[in-house]
Amino acid sequence: MSSRDEVLARIRKNQPPPLPLPAAPAFGGPAGSKLERFKTALARMGGKLADPPADGDLDGLIARLFPKAGVICSATPEVAGNRRLDQMRQPAELDDVDVGIVRAVFGVAETGSLWLTDAQFRVNTLGFLAQHLVALLDPARIVLDMHHAYRERSQFDARYGVFMTGPSATADIEGILIHGAQGIRTLTVVLAAA
Amino acid sequence: MSMKRIDHAEASSKFIKAKDHLDFHDKRLWDLRTKRDREAEGMPEWEDLRALASAIKEHTLTHLADYLEEFERNAIANGAQVHWAKDAAEHNQIVVDIMRSRGARTLVKAKSMLTDECDMRPFLENRGIEVMETDLGERIQQLDDEPPSHIVVPAVHKLRGDVARVFSETIGTDAKNSDVHYLAESQRQHTRPYFLRADAGMTGANFAVAETGTVVVCTNEGNADLSVHLPKLYIASIGIEKVIPKIEHLGVFVRMLSRSALGSPITQLTSHFRAPRDGTEMHIVLVDNGRSERLGMPDFWYSLKCIRCGACMNTCPVYRRSGGLSYGATYSGPIGVIIDPTFNLRKYSSLPFASTLNGSCTSVCPVKINIHEQIYKWRQIIAERHQLPFVKKEAMQIAGKILANPRMYRAAVGTAGTGIDLLPRFMMYNKLNAWGKQREVPKAPDKTFRQWYLENRAKKRGKR
Repeated sequence: MSSRDEVLARIRKNQPPPLPLPAAPAFGGPAGSKLERFKTALARMGGKLADPPADGDLDGLIARLFPKAGVICSATPEVAGNRRLDQMRQPAELDDVDVGIVRAVFGVAETGSLWLTDAQFRVNTLGFLAQHLVALLDPARIVLDMHHAYRERSQFDARYGVFMTGPSATADIEGILIHGAQGIRTLTVVLAAA
Repeated sequence: MSMKRIDHAEASSKFIKAKDHLDFHDKRLWDLRTKRDREAEGMPEWEDLRALASAIKEHTLTHLADYLEEFERNAIANGAQVHWAKDAAEHNQIVVDIMRSRGARTLVKAKSMLTDECDMRPFLENRGIEVMETDLGERIQQLDDEPPSHIVVPAVHKLRGDVARVFSETIGTDAKNSDVHYLAESQRQHTRPYFLRADAGMTGANFAVAETGTVVVCTNEGNADLSVHLPKLYIASIGIEKVIPKIEHLGVFVRMLSRSALGSPITQLTSHFRAPRDGTEMHIVLVDNGRSERLGMPDFWYSLKCIRCGACMNTCPVYRRSGGLSYGATYSGPIGVIIDPTFNLRKYSSLPFASTLNGSCTSVCPVKINIHEQIYKWRQIIAERHQLPFVKKEAMQIAGKILANPRMYRAAVGTAGTGIDLLPRFMMYNKLNAWGKQREVPKAPDKTFRQWYLENRAKKRGKR
């Protein structure tokens, strides 16, 4: 008997009598603007917010936000940057990226999270090897809470997807919060209509 | 792993002697508990979510075989390879076989309690595989050759000076510099080359979704994603109880996990690994290691609902003041107390006594495990099977006889003057008794309640 069959047989023998699956939840959430709630939650999780440039020049905005950046690599056609992703052979090649740029699919008001998949990153390490990440978010694409987020069911057919909430962080030494643990050091959300 | 019986009280005495560490540990964990309360109280639906989370888990566990088969089917359809391990030894062998057959010699891994439970690291290292823990707390513990002391914050029992010492001795930091930012940045710089050149990456799982075959990992540091997205080989080790039916159920659990663990609304990263990227492999190892047996234990199967948030540890006065290492097990604190005896009743027979039975663990548990009731039930089993340490057993037998007989009780209490002197002093304060050891038992009142009652109320009524 294979281990698989042995384990499954023992589970079937030992399973307690069946209990029902409760209905999917639907909670209302607090009143007020989803956008304002998103902004508050993002700030709490260590994320930054930038208004879109009046002249629409996103490359100019990024140059102003990161004046010392050498390598700027964009996964969205809305920003040019100076490193092209389609020349990448290995995910490790993004090790020297100073600023990555990506467009989020949607945001979550409750937590300040962004939903991003392999389709947005194109190379997944862009969201983790880059020192800083700038994410464009359409303010019309903010859902109420995590229940609503997981109802965007087709999104979860992506090979990889992540709710990213602020930059990478750790508090493993004496509970002191440090932004920029192993992944991105800062996350800047730019509210720009798609 | 040693089979020697763990003496929790004896092991904790070392921790208690280091006063700075004890005070900080107590304060830090209570701070997490306070932050958790703020989150829970800020959500009107919190109790509804607990009930839902509990019911979803109970439903899944009572249909576990079907959901595991569904998960396996979908994972294979996604292009992942699924392996089954009946115990820790088989899990470790599967991992080493996958790596060897692909010529992989280095492994970067995210934190996984399951791989600690399986004692995987030394097994791989003894077979020539370099294993790099990439979570900061877990890495500190690896470099100090200690197991994690907490399931969420592995090095919470250490102060910055301890970390400075460990890092200076192992990764070459300045021994005199214990600045926390410097230490964390040093680990970041030290770890990054390993991510870039590792042959394989590994994570555990917080949830495994049957409907889609997705592995969900909740982290803060970015190390899990780096471990998966760089190497050509990804291995996920998953306890069979981590499966949940549908994507929509993640909403319930993700909303509660980090709020219960750290008091933050969500982890910085909630990652969903469904399928390997082009040109890479994804392997999933489903591990039993005692879980299917536990499922058949009428009182104790509820512990399989656990989502490993650590809230019960943070709130437990015994855990906060004895430290996770004193439990001598992968799982410490209240959840450890009820899980560990299922692995080895004799070895962990003292753990169910490391509790005041105050019930706080039960009331903070996001999946409503009746932890303190299970602790009490373990005590009964241990007493029945004569696994009680000698002093606890003798004291309880004497107390049991006297408490069972009102006349003998009154005689004992009345003549001795205090209820506590019911037990001979040598029994209260000898070297082996955990309760008398770290504190003096409070002085009992001069009169017993019964004496006071007879003098005051009963006299006034003119009776007796």
